[in-house]
Amino acid sequence: MVFVSPLIALVLTLLAGVVLFSVMGVNPQAALYAFFIEPLTSKYGWGELGVKATPLILIGVALSIGFRSGVWNIGAEGQLTLGAICGGGIALLFYDTEAFFVLPLMVVCGILGGMLWAAIPAWLRTSFNANEILTSLMLTYVATLLLSLLVHGPWRDPDGFNFPESRIFSDSATLPIILSGTRLHMGWVFALAFVAAAWVMLARTIIGFQVKVVGEAPAAARYAGFSVNKMIWFSLLLGGGAAGLAGLVEVSGPIGQLLPTVSPGYGFTAIIVAFVGRLHPVGVLFAGLLMALSYLGGESAQISMNLPLAVTGVFQGLLLFFLLGCDVLIQYRVVTRTLISKRAH
Amino acid sequence: MTRSFPGVLANDKISFTIAPGEIHALLGENGAGKSTLVKMIYGILKPDAGEIRWNGEVVDIPNPAYARSLGIAMVFQHFSLFDSLSVLENIVLGIDSRDTSNLRSQIAEISERYGLSLDPDRHVYTLSVGERQRIEIIRCLLQNPKLLVMDEPTSVLTPQEVEKLFQTLQRLAQEGLSILYISHKLNEIKTLCQRATILREGRVVDAVKIESETVSSLASKMMGKELVESASSTVSTTGDVRMRIDNLSLPAKDEFGIPLREISMEVRAGEILGIAGVAGNGQDELLEAISGELLSNRPEDISISGKHCGQMNPNQRRMLGLASIPEERLGHGSVPGMSLEENGLLTAFMRLGLLSQGFIKTEACKEFTRKVIQRFEVKATDVKSPAVSLSGGNLQKFIVGREITQSPELLVVSQPTWGVDAGATQIIREGLRDMARKGAAVVVISQDLDELVQISDRLGAICGGAVSQFYPTESLSIEEIGLLMAGAKLDLENQNVA
Amino acid sequence: MDIIIASLLTIITAATPLLYASIGEMITEKSGVLNLGVEGMMLMGAVCGFAVIHFTGSETLAILAGLSAGMGMAAIFAMLVLGFQSSQVATGLALTIFGIGLSALLGQDLVGIAYDGLPKIAIPFLSDIPVAGLLLFHHDVMVYGSVIIVILSAWFLNKTRAGLILRAVGNSHDAAHAIGYPVIRIRFMAILFGGAMSGLAGAYLSLAYSPLWIENMSAGRGWIALALVVFATWRPWRVMAGAYLFGGITILQLHLQAQGVGVPAQVMSMLPYLATILVLVLISRNQSKIKLNAPACIGKPFQPTS
Repeated sequence: MVFVSPLIALVLTLLAGVVLFSVMGVNPQAALYAFFIEPLTSKYGWGELGVKATPLILIGVALSIGFRSGVWNIGAEGQLTLGAICGGGIALLFYDTEAFFVLPLMVVCGILGGMLWAAIPAWLRTSFNANEILTSLMLTYVATLLLSLLVHGPWRDPDGFNFPESRIFSDSATLPIILSGTRLHMGWVFALAFVAAAWVMLARTIIGFQVKVVGEAPAAARYAGFSVNKMIWFSLLLGGGAAGLAGLVEVSGPIGQLLPTVSPGYGFTAIIVAFVGRLHPVGVLFAGLLMALSYLGGESAQISMNLPLAVTGVFQGLLLFFLLGCDVLIQYRVVTRTLISKRAH
Repeated sequence: MTRSFPGVLANDKISFTIAPGEIHALLGENGAGKSTLVKMIYGILKPDAGEIRWNGEVVDIPNPAYARSLGIAMVFQHFSLFDSLSVLENIVLGIDSRDTSNLRSQIAEISERYGLSLDPDRHVYTLSVGERQRIEIIRCLLQNPKLLVMDEPTSVLTPQEVEKLFQTLQRLAQEGLSILYISHKLNEIKTLCQRATILREGRVVDAVKIESETVSSLASKMMGKELVESASSTVSTTGDVRMRIDNLSLPAKDEFGIPLREISMEVRAGEILGIAGVAGNGQDELLEAISGELLSNRPEDISISGKHCGQMNPNQRRMLGLASIPEERLGHGSVPGMSLEENGLLTAFMRLGLLSQGFIKTEACKEFTRKVIQRFEVKATDVKSPAVSLSGGNLQKFIVGREITQSPELLVVSQPTWGVDAGATQIIREGLRDMARKGAAVVVISQDLDELVQISDRLGAICGGAVSQFYPTESLSIEEIGLLMAGAKLDLENQNVA
Repeated sequence: MDIIIASLLTIITAATPLLYASIGEMITEKSGVLNLGVEGMMLMGAVCGFAVIHFTGSETLAILAGLSAGMGMAAIFAMLVLGFQSSQVATGLALTIFGIGLSALLGQDLVGIAYDGLPKIAIPFLSDIPVAGLLLFHHDVMVYGSVIIVILSAWFLNKTRAGLILRAVGNSHDAAHAIGYPVIRIRFMAILFGGAMSGLAGAYLSLAYSPLWIENMSAGRGWIALALVVFATWRPWRVMAGAYLFGGITILQLHLQAQGVGVPAQVMSMLPYLATILVLVLISRNQSKIKLNAPACIGKPFQPTS
């Protein structure tokens, strides 16, 4: 039942896509093929799907837990960037060391970096009541500038002809590939494990129960003895940690070095992923794959049909709109039914 | 007039008339269809069938503005006021005339004439509930209405304020104003009204002249059966002190809140302690301070069974034997969208050990919920039904049942039967009495005086965040309770205060 | 002296888009609706305004195009939030994401095209006053417009019956509905006004501030505008003060960058964002002040059932 509206929304988005492509003077059939089918016609393509889906799922799962508890962490993009900076920093520190501990240390630092960045809005919200939507978002801009500062300055590759790029990470600072012939890396395993853990937590544990109660009825949560402030910290640290891990996974996986921009907006797209996935870990898994496909499709349509990359963003926005609309239509029926049974008493 | 909502006929062919200068009662229990009827009269809802005749002519009332232009004015049960606006702005919003230049003098004149004093420049959030009601009444009177509809106007007033209101209403009726008075309080109707139309389950069951009726004949017509109320439990032996509050003061949370002032009280095992008071005098704050939702500054402010717990969190206090039930059922006492099973878990997980290493014991949880449903006759399809799907009475039975089934030694409950039908009321009150009989201490905070008089052994009142002394219930008259509710001190001869 | 005047002038241009966007959002919020889509509406206003100036050359049409684009976006938001009662936060985010994508798509052929910027209008006589004349009376039409909007919205909110009704709806939609005010219609208009103002803010960026079109050119100004509304505790004159303060910070850091102070450019560019966080914290610390001024119904969906 809850997964009906994402499917309807998807169909509506595709229909809107047909209209959009026709208006742009592009053959809709060819464009949709290039967008949604072509990327998956090779093993490499499937690998890429996992690569792109990994950060989306990691962040999407964490955000959906946050959103359920009523904490609006919109700054995952910034936390991702900090994860990349802190994890990548370790890689650069040990650039000439081949040792087993480098990668685990990078993972830990990446997670801590993301958490640190998310701790700021958590602290500002719990101590000063400052709205976390605005503070976490502002910190995203700050994080992007910080990364740019580092790769333009102290962390620039000394042999890199003055390009704003860091050294390329050593082998022991790079995530192992898990499917040969593709770029699919260890991060995908992290993402799947995270989905499973989050699912169990939400369905079976008292922490998951707290998340739901705090989000749905803060007064009832206080009554039950659940601290709203603790939940704000929990949600933001979880979101920050997951985003930090996603950032680390990006730089030590497909990118392999620090660049001025390490993410094509995964932190924002993950918000859509969370909603399309119904704020449920398993739903997020599928939604993350779908959104990853939209990124791949954007690239493939750009190459094969010369379509602008921005189409991806339009598709993502449309999907969320249609979803919100469909949701209400379906929920509306549920509400009417409850009202009927309520009045009948 | 007929009006149905999806799945239920709220008003089924209801007819009645009201004459100029008459005070007419619309009598019925919660859910009898009174509110639906007046909303149609005031143009907020449209009837499915039927007609309204105004001075003999059929009228169609599409919206409240048109109702006001006819001369129909309404004072709402939940006031339609805007907290952050001034009194004057609130009045301007409620009248349709665009000319507001001499409004101040008009307000002054009406205040004077009917004894409704009010400062037009104060913000509504600074006013007491009684003062807020005055705004509504003045707002209505400014339009020179022919018919004034009052929806449960006394539920928020002290007995003294009620008396004053009745004087105003009688004076208005003498001047030719028709008043439609909606209530389920029989005494009031008996003193104030001339005729009554009695509603039950959306139908008119009778239309009577008040002088030929008694309170009990009205009651049986309203409820459709004789209601057997068991008598108040007499205190057999009072046991040990279960809870002591010692000079508790708490600042208000914000401008809209009420500070608690130097509250001291104690409640003993086996007794029911009643706290009367008009809404918004600190009841919520007191309950939250006891339950642990608000922490006090000193641990010794509150002690449960001898343990200082002023700074313990709600679950630590539950482990000391406390259970609490807030006034707001949906969203505070329960999570609306969650199942009964999950709502059972909400307060019971610590005391009943429904967790093992952070994981929820689903079966134990289900069993507990089933037990509550069965014991308190909660009408629900199963443990998976969401709380919001239950009627008010059923949900309240579930919440009260959830707390009582955890067998606490101290229960604090606010407004246990507010908006609840007669059947559920009886079950809930019986549950509370039963607890006291078994040796638990019970504190009932309520605005319903009849209820308090009926079930409590000792009675006091809260006013402006301060709690009065407590007196044996049978030693107090209604007037004296009214004085306590207004914050006055009693000078009783028998000062044998427990 | 000339440098100071030049800086003050640029502060005004930097403040104007913030002023439009936050005044619009303030009115929307006063009606009890939180629209987080300001950034998306601004970008659409920017791209549409720039496209129209490029293809027609008419400033009037370009400004109107910016206004209508913002309004169109706001209409989508209003339909979902008021018609379908969807979550205001989620819908606003969707609007921003959608606006960023759509504006980039629409504007892909406009990148790199030059435009001279809106012409300055010197007000006769007044503009001849030394210093002050140049500072205050020698601007483009949209700067004058922004000040007029502030005056009008202050007058509307505090002096008119319609403004009182708008505040009432934001304070308690249930009470307003019970008295008989059309809550949905009033909110719809407030959202459209907010959209129109965001559209103008965007148009100002592409027509006067930059003036050119590049993807994502608002660079978080929509979000800063949202913060300004809180900072100003929902009062028009304070919104204006806040917008000029932020304009000042933006220009200050640009000047410092240009003068080559020993601080890296990126650190300077962080300033407006850090300043936003700082003012949010300062103002939010005083919760009772926020609570007294904030529209009580903000973010809550309204269901006119009973």
